[in-house]
Amino acid sequence: MESIRMDNVVDARGLSCPQPVILTRKALESGELLVEVLVDSVTSRENVRRAAEKLGCRVQVAEMDHEFKLTISR
Amino acid sequence: MATRLTRFFASRWGIILAGAVIGILAALLQQAGNPPNMGICVACFERDIAGALGFHRAGAVQYLRPEIIGFVLGATIAALGFREFRARAGSAPIVRFLLGMFAMIGALAFLGCPWRALLRLAGGDLNAVLGLAGLTMGIAIGVQFLKHGYSLGRSYSARPAVGWIMPFTMVGLLLLAVTSPEFSQDGPIFSSAAGPGSLHAGLLISLSAGLLIGILAQRTRFCTMGAVRDVILMGDTHLISGGAAMVVAALVTNLLLGQVHLGIRGQPVAHSSHLWNFSGMVLAGLAFALAGGCPGRQLFLSGEGDGDAAVFVLGMIAGAATAHNFSLAAKPDSIVEGVVAVGGLSKFGMGAVAIGLAVCLLIGFSMREKR
Repeated sequence: MESIRMDNVVDARGLSCPQPVILTRKALESGELLVEVLVDSVTSRENVRRAAEKLGCRVQVAEMDHEFKLTISR
Repeated sequence: MATRLTRFFASRWGIILAGAVIGILAALLQQAGNPPNMGICVACFERDIAGALGFHRAGAVQYLRPEIIGFVLGATIAALGFREFRARAGSAPIVRFLLGMFAMIGALAFLGCPWRALLRLAGGDLNAVLGLAGLTMGIAIGVQFLKHGYSLGRSYSARPAVGWIMPFTMVGLLLLAVTSPEFSQDGPIFSSAAGPGSLHAGLLISLSAGLLIGILAQRTRFCTMGAVRDVILMGDTHLISGGAAMVVAALVTNLLLGQVHLGIRGQPVAHSSHLWNFSGMVLAGLAFALAGGCPGRQLFLSGEGDGDAAVFVLGMIAGAATAHNFSLAAKPDSIVEGVVAVGGLSKFGMGAVAIGLAVCLLIGFSMREKR
């Protein structure tokens, strides 16, 4: 599997809603097939998950130390 | 179990439940003694707290409202229970303070926060329509800024004390409410003898309702500003279904309790000066959108450790003091010899709304990340 380039990674840690969702949508709309989103609150995790699922994407979540990595794929 | 509960509260039924409970409790609190069409109003109640502490001396609006204390502590309890309490801060606190101040000045031009706008509607006060239209307009302006890269920047994890200051402050206020000491002759703690501040449910009732709402709202992220913003920004109706549930539940409960009085002129603790009902809420809506949450949401965030939201809350309390000390807050319609005298804003109040809009626009344009 090709390693993920940096522009596939959205670092939304510390940003309050709706910014994590806006950044995720921008990344997905730019045509990326696989986007990784880093967030540091459950609220952002749920918001990004909901927005991505609404766009028909699959979402996998990994938790590490109060931070979450969402792997979003088309 | 905790995970399933979290998924439920994050679902559409979760947010509808929270909205419905808030609507029902607001109507019941009014029945239990809170002011008419003001079973709950975050802005008004923070203003009453500012008055109780003597930060302003408007004698009619001074009372340590236990609902506000309950909102924060309920959110703290829920956040601790679900391991979500996290001290964090550092995202442009002084800007948030200013946004809080002007949000309050705008809300007091209309005489209510978004929650009360919905509750006034559910009580038959049609002035709320203009308030809600203004709120939507203000949020729509905020959305344009968000789309063009507006950001107050990141917050960072902080020492636990940062997160605990607000909950402990609320415990302190609760102690003051319970013991009601008199710090000097004719000094605080003040409690209105007449006017809206004198109308309140019993302390335990208010506190319990506040705690329950705090818990539910923390779990569901109930937010009236986010509700409108998400619809405009991305057609997402999740949060707004909570707001809709709140109006419907309050309306039904009000109908059952005989608390609906349809009209425009002479509505309780409201004025029918249309331009300023609208403009005041444009300012409030824009300030909430730029700060990322309605006044209720900011309280719940401050309860779960968000030091930036706490600064916004303090800004709102300072804004309430400013509004009443400088005669910026609206005067409600009054009935003089059987004739309704239309209330509204002083020239200072009008000027303050205009200045607030200018400052918020400046913040919106200047706090942008270049991408």
